[in-house]
Amino acid sequence: MQYLVSVIADGTELATPGEEAAIDAFNERLQAQGSWVYANGLAAPSTATLIDGRGEEPVFTDGPFLESKEFLAGFWIIEAPNLDVALKLAAEGSKACNRKLELRPFHT
Amino acid sequence: MTDVREAITHAHHEEWARVVASLTRRFGDLDIAEEATAEAFATAVGRWPADGVPPNPGAWLTTTATRKAIDRIRRENKRDDKHKEAQMLYDHPPEPLGAIDDDRLRLIFTCCHPALAMETRIALTLRMVGGLTMPEIARAFFVQESTMGQRITRAKAKIKAARIPYRVPSAEDLPARVSGVLAVLFLVFNEGYLATGPDTDPIRHELTAEAIRLTRLVRGLMPEDGEVAGLLALMLLIEARRTARLSASGELVTLEEQDRGAWDAALVAEGHRLVRERLAAGVAPGRYQILAAINGVHTSARHVSETDWSQVVALYDLLVRLDSSPIVALNRAIALAELDGPRAALAVVDRLEDKLAGYHAYHATRADLLRRLDYSRESRAAYDKAIELAGNSAEIAHLRRRRDQLG
Repeated sequence: MQYLVSVIADGTELATPGEEAAIDAFNERLQAQGSWVYANGLAAPSTATLIDGRGEEPVFTDGPFLESKEFLAGFWIIEAPNLDVALKLAAEGSKACNRKLELRPFHT
Repeated sequence: MTDVREAITHAHHEEWARVVASLTRRFGDLDIAEEATAEAFATAVGRWPADGVPPNPGAWLTTTATRKAIDRIRRENKRDDKHKEAQMLYDHPPEPLGAIDDDRLRLIFTCCHPALAMETRIALTLRMVGGLTMPEIARAFFVQESTMGQRITRAKAKIKAARIPYRVPSAEDLPARVSGVLAVLFLVFNEGYLATGPDTDPIRHELTAEAIRLTRLVRGLMPEDGEVAGLLALMLLIEARRTARLSASGELVTLEEQDRGAWDAALVAEGHRLVRERLAAGVAPGRYQILAAINGVHTSARHVSETDWSQVVALYDLLVRLDSSPIVALNRAIALAELDGPRAALAVVDRLEDKLAGYHAYHATRADLLRRLDYSRESRAAYDKAIELAGNSAEIAHLRRRRDQLG
């Protein structure tokens, strides 16, 4: 079972060197135990572009689809047998990156 | 006829959680388990009056519910190949009998999972473990039936989609998860014990009784757990005073004014037995055990003047170390007033103002201490504030009378 773990940031500060190191260590643990699928950080929300390709011509608009104080700063995709295991991993991840996380299961 | 009805009620109390739990384990789906169990009981209501009560109602209900569940899965899988269906039916040999009790425990931990909102845990526990109907649960918490239905439907969908595991938590997680279960049961009890809302009965026995019934169930499944025993003892010792706690005119009667002869002696005795059992265990008590011990001291005194207040304060001292909440500090101060006098207690209570200014019991406590110190004007103001903030109709009646008795 795969889960999306979103990193919720409320400021534009990048991760500190200490946080970077903790995230690296956490990622290595994930990989070692086979829970790692993918992870990456995202550039600032202001770099986002909206696309609507449903019409005849695609329309491109500058900016994120939701303007809010809190935004998605990165994510993990993890593999876990059930929610209890996923929650435990996410709690470790939250500590490592020093941010709040949201955990959501993939559809299948 | 009444025998059959009694048998059905009895079976509902004894077997509902067992049937839901074993079907959830077998089919891996709470929704199917709940629906099939409800159908099995509906079938019993239709058939038992004519056919007679089966010799083993639990087995009859489990078999009937299992058939209903398989029927539903067949209907839903109509277009799926036969192979899948056969697999579903024969892949799960019946569980050995000993595993059944574990199933109920699994069910309880799933319903009280920390990834669910507290109000959802309560609703789900009352439905899946308690077997209450949706209208009963909606009425208990003053929400529309449709709202309650959605809450439970959404919870079942989340359990399935997010894969909340159907199991007893691992040993390292167990204490935290047990305390989560006990919090749900205590909230149900408290809503019955101190019902809030202008139009409800001040004490709602059906909720306190249900909370006790479910706590007894958990106690039966986890007989070694001290906090489970503590919570059951606490509930029993509070429930024992239920009828004495309310006057004929519907006013709250405080502990000191209660007719102690009206307490339920059997419940008091059972509560005391549990408290003694925990004391004998020699393990450092958790908060429910300490609260039970405090209630044990109160219920051991035949008259309020015989209360061992130094023991009560000592127990609160123990509790403060586990729980630094201002509400515990307030309750400790109330006991302290009996030991060191109202002036000493008032000094402690006044220091809690920042944290408790919005809590009616803070003002009610101050009002009482001020009254005992003959500060009538200040006492009146505190009663006014307490009445304004209180939600329980019997408590408001009590506070009004006390205020109006001031010189």
